Amino acid sequence: MIGWAVKIAAALLLACGIAGGAVAADPGNWDKVVAEAKGQTVYFNAWGGSESINAYIRWAGEEMKARYGVSVVHVKLDDTAKAVATVVAEKSAGKDDGGSVDLIWINGENFAAMKRQNLLFGPDWATRLPNWRYVDFETRPTVLADFTIPTEGLESPWGGAKLVFFYDSARTEAKALPDSAEELLTWAKANPGRFSYPQPPDFIGSSFLKQVLIELTDDRGKLQKPVDEESFAADAAPLFAYLDRLKPFLWRQGKAFPQNYPDMKQKLADGELDIIFAFNPAEASSAIANGELPETVRSFVFSGGTLGNTHFLAIPYNATAKAGALLFADFLLSPEAQLRKQDPKIWGDPTVLSLDKLPAADRSAFESLDLGVATLRPNELGPALDEPHPSWMTRIEAAWIRRYGAPN
Amino acid sequence: MAPPTETGVRTLFDANRLLVLILGLPVLAGMAGIALPAFGYLPALGESQFTLDHFAELSGQPHILRSTLTGLAAGLATTSISIAIVGTFLAGFAGTPVFSRIQHLVSPLLAVPHAAVAFALAFLIAPSGLLLRLISPELTGFARPPQWLVPNDPLALSMIAGLVAKEIPFLFLVALAALPQLPLRQSRQLTAALGHGHVSGFFVTLWPALYRQIRLAVLAVLVYSVSVVDVAIILGPQLPATLPVRIALWTADHELSARFLASAAALLQLAVVAVAIASWFLMERLGKIALARMTASGRRIRNDTLLRLASAIAMAATAVLTFLGLAALGLWSIAGLWPFPNNVPTHFTPQTWLRSMPQLGPPLRTTVALAISAASLALLIAIMLLNRNGAAGGGGKAIAYKSLYLPLLLPEISFVFGLKILIIAAGFEPAFATVLAAHLLFVLPYVLLSLSSPWRTLDPRFERIAAGFGKSPLRILITVRLPMLLRACLTAFAVGFSVSVSLYLPTLLIGAGRLTTIATESVALASGGDRRVIGVYALVQALLPFLAFLVASLGPQLLFRNRRAMRT
Repeated sequence: MIGWAVKIAAALLLACGIAGGAVAADPGNWDKVVAEAKGQTVYFNAWGGSESINAYIRWAGEEMKARYGVSVVHVKLDDTAKAVATVVAEKSAGKDDGGSVDLIWINGENFAAMKRQNLLFGPDWATRLPNWRYVDFETRPTVLADFTIPTEGLESPWGGAKLVFFYDSARTEAKALPDSAEELLTWAKANPGRFSYPQPPDFIGSSFLKQVLIELTDDRGKLQKPVDEESFAADAAPLFAYLDRLKPFLWRQGKAFPQNYPDMKQKLADGELDIIFAFNPAEASSAIANGELPETVRSFVFSGGTLGNTHFLAIPYNATAKAGALLFADFLLSPEAQLRKQDPKIWGDPTVLSLDKLPAADRSAFESLDLGVATLRPNELGPALDEPHPSWMTRIEAAWIRRYGAPN
Repeated sequence: MAPPTETGVRTLFDANRLLVLILGLPVLAGMAGIALPAFGYLPALGESQFTLDHFAELSGQPHILRSTLTGLAAGLATTSISIAIVGTFLAGFAGTPVFSRIQHLVSPLLAVPHAAVAFALAFLIAPSGLLLRLISPELTGFARPPQWLVPNDPLALSMIAGLVAKEIPFLFLVALAALPQLPLRQSRQLTAALGHGHVSGFFVTLWPALYRQIRLAVLAVLVYSVSVVDVAIILGPQLPATLPVRIALWTADHELSARFLASAAALLQLAVVAVAIASWFLMERLGKIALARMTASGRRIRNDTLLRLASAIAMAATAVLTFLGLAALGLWSIAGLWPFPNNVPTHFTPQTWLRSMPQLGPPLRTTVALAISAASLALLIAIMLLNRNGAAGGGGKAIAYKSLYLPLLLPEISFVFGLKILIIAAGFEPAFATVLAAHLLFVLPYVLLSLSSPWRTLDPRFERIAAGFGKSPLRILITVRLPMLLRACLTAFAVGFSVSVSLYLPTLLIGAGRLTTIATESVALASGGDRRVIGVYALVQALLPFLAFLVASLGPQLLFRNRRAMRT
C-alpha cells in the first residue's frame, strides 16, 4: 500500500512539475528555457504549400535537434486559420494546457483573432528573446504593428514581405508593363486572359484586393482604422468598380481563378498568365533556380508603392512545449537562420534583422548574398504601403465572395 | 455450412448483430454528433439552446443553392453514366474474348485511389495538360494554352469524368462477381434464337437479376459521388465549390460559429443524399417501365454494333486515359522546366524526388502503418464474422449483412464530422488509434465483401473430413479453411489496404492535421499547383495499392513452394 502511495505521489509531483514547467517558461531566464526545452517536441503549425519553405523548416528542425535536443514537427497547413481553429476548439473544451499547437506561423487577421480572444502566450516574450537585439523595428514599423494591430511582443518577427510582380521578359515587353493598378487594367485590356489573382480568401489574392483598395481610396487614413459599417459600401465602391471593369479581361474571363501563388507560378511557366505577383521579392529567383520558371523571368513593382508587411511566429496560451517554442522562435531569428532564409537558393524570404546591428561577419555575409537574377535590390523595391486594419480584409473577402463567387 | 454449435451465447453474439454493432454504432453516433450541433446543441462549446438559427445562417451563405445542386447533379450524372457504360458493355460483351481483354485492362484501376485518378485526369485535360501538348501546335495551332475552363469547370463536367473513370472499374468488378450466378450462355442462345442482338437480349433476360445483385453497390457509388470531397477539390467547380467541399472548409474555420454552420450543412448534405437516392429510385422505376415496355413490345435491336463498340471504347478509354494520366504524373515528377507546348520537358531531374523524399517519409510511414493495421484488423474481424455465420448470401442472414453498406450509404462528410465533434467533446486527442478506428469503418465493408464470396464457395467437404477426424472447429479453421483461403485472405487484405490508402476525409477530419497520410498531403498540394511535387505524391499514392496486390499474389507462391496445388 505504502509503495503504491509513494508511486502515485511521485507521479503527481512529476505531472505537476511538467505542467508547471510548461507554464513557467520565462524568456527572462534563458538558461532555464534552454534546459527545459531539451527533449520537448515542438508542433510547428505552418503553411505547407511550398516545398522550398518546407525544406527550410526541416533544416531548422534538424539544427534544433542537434543543438538543443528539441524535436520540431512541421504540421503542414493549407490555411493558418486551421491552427487557430484548433486552439479555439481546445479552449472551448477547457483544455488550458497540454494543447496540440506549440508555435504558429501567423500574421494579420489570424493574429488579430487570437489576440482578441486571449489565445496567445504572453505577456511580451518576443522582445525578450536573445536575438531580438538584432531586429530592425526602427525602419520596419510592421514589426511592431501587424496589420495595424500592436504586436506587444506576443509574436516574434520571422520575415518581411512585399508585393512584387513577375513577368517573362521573353514574352512580355518591359516597356509596356503597368506602373499602377489603373495601368494594370489598361494592360489587361490589351492582353486579355493573361492576368488574374488568386481566389480570395487566399492570402495573396486578398492582398491584391488591398493593394487596389489602397491605390484607389481617397482617404488612406480610414484604412488604418477598423471598418466603419455605415460607410463600408461607399469606401469599397472604387475597388469593386475596378474589379468589375477588370473581370472580363481576366484569365478565363474571371469565371475561375488561380488558387494561390504557386498555382499562378505554374501558369506563368505554362504561358497561361503573363503577369503574376507574390509577397516574396525573391520568389522568382528561387523558382528559376528550381527549374520552375524560365531564366527570362524578371520582377517589377509600382513606383507608387506596393503592399508590405511582416510575418511572425506566435505561441498559443495552452502550448505544451512553450520552452521549446521560445527556443525555436529565437533560433529562427538568429542571423544564421535568417541568412539562410534570405538565400534565394533556399527560400529567399527577406530578413527582419537590421544589418547595422549585426556583427561585422554576419553583415558581410548578408551583403554578399547573391539575391538572384530576377530579384530587385532592396533600393529598387519602391515604397511599402501599410496593410489596412484586418477588419478590411475580412469584409472585402466576404464582399468579393458574394459578388464573384458564382460566375454566370 | 451450418455453424458447428448453437448455444445461447452464440445467438447473442450473432455475427450480424456484431457487425451492426461495429459499423452501425459509430455511424449513428456520428449522425447524432452533427444533428445536435446543427440545432444549436453542443454543451462542450457552452451552447445548449435549441435553435434554427444555424440553418438560417446556412441559407444565407452565398450561392449555397448552386453548390448544393451542382453536387447533387454531378453525383446523379456520374452514377447514371457509369452504370450505363458498364451495363451496355456487360450486355454487349459478357462471355466474349474482348470481354476478358478489357477486364484485364480495367481491373487494376480499382486499386488506384480516387485522388490519384483525379490528378491524372487533371494533368491530361488542362489547357496546358499533356493531351494538348501532344497535338500542339501542329494540329491546334496553339502556341500558348487556350482559355478553356477545364478542369474546375462550373458545370462539374471534369469532376464527373474523373468520378466516372473511377466508378466504372468498381461497378464493373462488382457486376463481374455477380455474373457467374446468371445463366449467361443459355440466355445468350435463347435471345439470339429469338432474334435479339447482344445488348437487347441481355437487357431483356439477365439485366433485372444482375441489377438486383449490384444495386447496393450502385447506391454506394451514388452516395459517394454526391458527397465526394477530394475529387471535387481537384477537379470540381471552384466558384462556388460543391457543398461537401464547402462543408470541409467550414469544419476548419476558426470561428466557433462555423462548427454549428458545418453541422447544419452536414445535415443538409444528408438530405441531399436522401434526395439523390429518391431520384435514383425514381429513375430505377422509369428504367424498369421502359425495359418492360421494350420486352413486351417484342422489339429486337439486331444491329447493335455501334452501341457495343461505343461501350467497349468507353471502357478502354477509361483505363487508357487513367494510365496515360499516371504516366503524365510520372513525367512531371522528374521534369525540369517544361514550357507549353513541348511534348516532353526540356530536361529531366531527380531533384523533385530527392527534395520530397524526407517530407514523404513520415506521411508514408503513417499511411502504410494505418493501412496495414486497418486491413489486418478488418481481415481478422471479417474472418471472425464469417466463421460465426457462414457467408453472406445464405438465405435470410444475407439481409442483415446489408449493414455492411451503412458507412457507404451515408455521406462521410456528415457522420465523420459528427464523430470528430464527439471525439473532441470526449477529450480524445487526434491519435493513431482514433484515425485507425475511422479507417476501419470504411475498410471493413470492402474486406468483408471481398472475402465472403470465396468463403462461401470453398468446398465444405474438406472441413467435413477434418471434423470426421475429430478436429475442433477452431483447429479446422486454422489448419484447413484459412490455408485454403490464403489467397482470398491476402486479396481481401490488399483490398483493405488500398481502401485505407485512398481515405482522405476520415484521415483529415479525425487526424486533425496531426496524422498526415499521402492522401491528405497530396490533396493539400492540389491547391499548391506545383505539378512536379503533385506528381511525386500522386504517383506514390497510386503505387502503394499495387504493391499490396503484388504481395497478395506472391504470398501463396512463397508460402507454398512445396505444394503446387495450394499456389492457386
